[in-house]
Amino acid sequence: MDDLRVHARILGSRVRGQLAYPVSFALDSLGQALGQANELAVILVVFAQVDSLGGFARDEVLLIYALAGISFGLADLAVGQLDELPRWIRTGELDVLLARPLGVLPQLVTSDLQLRRLGRSAVGAVVLAAVLAAGRVEPTPLNALLIIGTPLVGATIIGAIWVVTCSVSFWVIEGRELANAFTYGSTLTTAYPISIFGPWLRRLLCYAVPGAFVAYFPALALLDRPDPLGLPHVLRYAAPLVAVAAVLVAALVWHTAVRHYQGAGS
Amino acid sequence: MSAAETSAAETAVVETEGLRREFTVGRRRARRRVVAVSDVDLRITPGEAVGFLGPNGAGKSTTIKMLTGILVPSAGRLRVCDLDPTRQRRELARRLGVVFGQRSQLWWDLPLRDSFGLLGAIHRVPEPEHRARLERCVDVLELGPFLDVPVRQLSLGQRMRGELTAALLHGPRLLVLDEPTVGLDLVSKERLRAFLQEVNVVDGMTILLTTHDLPDVERLCRRVVVIDQGRVVADDAIDALHARSGGAREVVVELTQPAAPLHDLPGVRDVRVEADGLRQRLAFAPADTTAAALIAAVAARVELRDVTVVEPSIEDLVRTLYARG
Repeated sequence: MDDLRVHARILGSRVRGQLAYPVSFALDSLGQALGQANELAVILVVFAQVDSLGGFARDEVLLIYALAGISFGLADLAVGQLDELPRWIRTGELDVLLARPLGVLPQLVTSDLQLRRLGRSAVGAVVLAAVLAAGRVEPTPLNALLIIGTPLVGATIIGAIWVVTCSVSFWVIEGRELANAFTYGSTLTTAYPISIFGPWLRRLLCYAVPGAFVAYFPALALLDRPDPLGLPHVLRYAAPLVAVAAVLVAALVWHTAVRHYQGAGS
Repeated sequence: MSAAETSAAETAVVETEGLRREFTVGRRRARRRVVAVSDVDLRITPGEAVGFLGPNGAGKSTTIKMLTGILVPSAGRLRVCDLDPTRQRRELARRLGVVFGQRSQLWWDLPLRDSFGLLGAIHRVPEPEHRARLERCVDVLELGPFLDVPVRQLSLGQRMRGELTAALLHGPRLLVLDEPTVGLDLVSKERLRAFLQEVNVVDGMTILLTTHDLPDVERLCRRVVVIDQGRVVADDAIDALHARSGGAREVVVELTQPAAPLHDLPGVRDVRVEADGLRQRLAFAPADTTAAALIAAVAARVELRDVTVVEPSIEDLVRTLYARG
């Protein structure tokens, strides 16, 4: 708990710096929102031509897209700083973090807080509100819980995947491209029904890199509709468990990776 | 009266046995293992000030990083401040003060004062202690004029004084400094050395220091550990090292007229003639004669224009030791 307070204080010193330049902050947020809205436009254009995508109607795809977008924005806000990990390693600046009585990952996370990344979540939230207003989801207590919990659980899963892929940087300094394939690639793979992908990618998303649990399975529960692929019913409520497992795996991989740190030679 | 003599039975601050670290370098087919540190046995007792010397790439920084828990050793036993640096890195960080000359532990965009505040919170230093330690550093290191300036606007000398303060705010048992004076001007170096000496002698803080600057060591350390190619090649009192390294000292005499080589002066081991005999370098061992006696002997023979006494560099010292070891 004490550590949390310390991290909050470090974070506070970061945020103040950003809000000191309000115009630049507003433009950055707008840029992020436009990036996310871009994908929204793609979905709308596709549905102008077809009535269903992988067995899902337009509003159903938009629900998945919205949940994934909010999750992605939150995850990006939390662990997006890991993008800078190769620089920390290459320059040896990581030494400084290791010489402090705090965990390295929390220090990296709080080294910067890019509030503009919430621009993505904002677009997702607007689309989610629109889908809910259209009455596609039954207003039950369970669904309310799912709608609040899914973005948090989803952000946890995405965050864990990023931590694992960024750990590669400890072995391969130029591992950034590989890591980005998973981090930014996950905006695509989480935002659509997995039924549109080929069987191998589908299996990958269900069992190896659990992207399907970010939005697809929770959306099935919210829409109360059968899985077009006939996967077990219980999977749609399994996201929290998957998140816990993903965090444990990520912690193990990260711990191993930090022990493998080689320094920068001076 | 040295700390080493009185505290033989006392628990060591640093104790290593067979410490070793290998690195994988190169890519793909050119990949190979390089041994950076090998078989390092080191014991440092409370209150000691130890200079850790060696040429570039000798393994100084790698050893320091293993001692501070930054790098995990490939083999060997290691204890620092009664802790295992690998398993108890965070706990150890509370007992260590670390200064890296090459990189900063301060926040680039924050004023020094705010950086110190954050570090105080990170180390959970009670407010009165924090204030007392900060006040002392501000006083002795004269931080006052730039305490509210963002770190990125500080000069190197100002920043290093800030770094040293940052390392001392939590009252560490061991202060580890990796090339703290690199790039500093003479005045800044001297100020830093004087403060380190005070911290060591008055507060009894144990200091381990790597440097390229022999005066750093001569001012601060009674004991010197020399490392070369990953191995300890000497570990001794600094005076003993000077004696062992023999004719490393030099008197350089500038003459008013060219003269024949000044052979057969008492205590001179080697004569090198430059500028057609106008300048001559006389190598001698402090054990055989003094610089003053030698200069007097030269003055009796020829007319002198200028005289300088040259101290051996660390590189010279290491080369001499290594050639004999």
